[in-house]
Amino acid sequence: MFDDLRDLYQEVIFDHNRNPRNFYVMEDADRKVEGFNPLCGDRLTLFLKMDGDKITDASFQGSGCAISTASVSLMTDIVKGLTEAEAEALFAKFHAMTTGKEEDINLEAVGKLAVLAGVREYPARVKCATLAWHTLDAALKNEQEAISTE
Amino acid sequence: MTDFPVEKIRADFPILQEKIRNKPLVYLDNAASCQKPQQVIDSIVHCYSHEYANVHRGVHTLSVRATDRYEGAREKVQHFINAQSTKEIIFVRGATEAINLIAQTFGKANINAGDEILITAMEHHSNIVPWQMLCEQTGAVLKVAPIDLQGELIYAEFEALLSEKTKLVSVVHMSNALGTVNPVEKIIAAAKAKNIPVLLDGAQAIPHMSVDVQALDCDFYVFSGHKLYAPSGIGVLYGKQALLEAMPPYQGGGDMIRKVTFEETEYNSLPYKFEAGTPNIADVIGLGAAIDYLTEIGMDNIAAYEAELLAYATASANKIQGLRIIGDNNHKGAILSFVLDKIHPHDIGTMLDSLGIAIRAGHHCAMPVMDFFEVPATARASFAMYNTKEEIDVLMAGIEDLIKIFG
Repeated sequence: MFDDLRDLYQEVIFDHNRNPRNFYVMEDADRKVEGFNPLCGDRLTLFLKMDGDKITDASFQGSGCAISTASVSLMTDIVKGLTEAEAEALFAKFHAMTTGKEEDINLEAVGKLAVLAGVREYPARVKCATLAWHTLDAALKNEQEAISTE
Repeated sequence: MTDFPVEKIRADFPILQEKIRNKPLVYLDNAASCQKPQQVIDSIVHCYSHEYANVHRGVHTLSVRATDRYEGAREKVQHFINAQSTKEIIFVRGATEAINLIAQTFGKANINAGDEILITAMEHHSNIVPWQMLCEQTGAVLKVAPIDLQGELIYAEFEALLSEKTKLVSVVHMSNALGTVNPVEKIIAAAKAKNIPVLLDGAQAIPHMSVDVQALDCDFYVFSGHKLYAPSGIGVLYGKQALLEAMPPYQGGGDMIRKVTFEETEYNSLPYKFEAGTPNIADVIGLGAAIDYLTEIGMDNIAAYEAELLAYATASANKIQGLRIIGDNNHKGAILSFVLDKIHPHDIGTMLDSLGIAIRAGHHCAMPVMDFFEVPATARASFAMYNTKEEIDVLMAGIEDLIKIFG
């Protein structure tokens, strides 16, 4: 059962879905942006604490599918300590991994995020994985408007 | 499941032989769109191979042949819903276009600032947005009759919202998100008592039950072909002749005119007044073939068989711990909308797809319904006359397995 799905639903994904990391409202956040995927109703709020151009802390709230929950959970872990430029560069690599050409994929460069590489075989689910990163992108650009994957 | 010829019917649908991810297809997304029998597919191939030309135009043989087949399909639709005349059958792209047509012609001519349009809280976006657009254009007000936690219209509240100001009641016959079948006879009677015209959105109801527009006495009835085993891109607007006669045309162009000069244009008679431009000829013929197919099986037989399927699916679903049916009532067509504890419908959809099972996961173009039940989305298994109990068993086993995996 579900053998075909092992690439998409790795154990790490189930783990983050069951126990999302950094899942709380950050009262003293410097940046707060909402992300919404109207297609499936995934909704999240991302909180960032900044020191200059460095992300010192990240958290989120919201509800979504296992892929989107795991993606935002992993992301909030991995971007802590990164500068804005480093985070944007990681987004670019993540984007390439989920939607780009085969030859542009560099699994080593994305570290733990590689567990989400399986979504590229499921076009209907790519947005679930990228919602977190589009929301981060908006937060880094300091856009106050809620962002949407559509 | 007695003597319903489901195996014979299945054999008519070539796509049901497809393997999806190396497993036999279990197609349970019929509320989104139905599959097509060979008879419908053949009718389209035959049209383009032997009888295609533009309709209502030439004197040449092919045009006459195409026109005969096109108008023949109109007669089939007329009989299928028991309309009084073919003049009352307008071909459109689908239920959505039909509602927009009514909003922009009947609506603009009859609904003014301060007037009210009454819908229900279980409408598809296609029976919400056209009215919001009309309200924006005219200053009219959209009123919404509430539903209860079982997903049924609260009829008393609906009746209380009918007033002198109500200029149109537009309600869904059967909800696509919940499966609920509205008490349309009561709704129509209450509206008639106040001389308010009634539009029924039959997109979801039409493949599941026999519809008699004269017995219902509704003023408009709209549906799409693609949910009726017919091609996509074709639908029907039924309107009472007197209402249609009084309505201004929708789009201008060829076929909808009798006489054109640069000074003035005389419009064509019904139903052509509302069919500007070259119509979707082959798909109308395909719709006619679908109606022939369904008529032979009998809509009442289909309704009885699907009621058995729904009862079986509901009983099976109720045995699964952590499964909650959204729209749990006794007045339903063959739709099972549900959520699982802590498992998002999108994950359910992907996991079932890997087993060859096609369901819909999402808001079903009924976001207000999702908001009412406080869920972001639901998983929806929707049944058709070609589905079987065995397929429901495959679905339920898949659900139980994915619950285990999510742990």
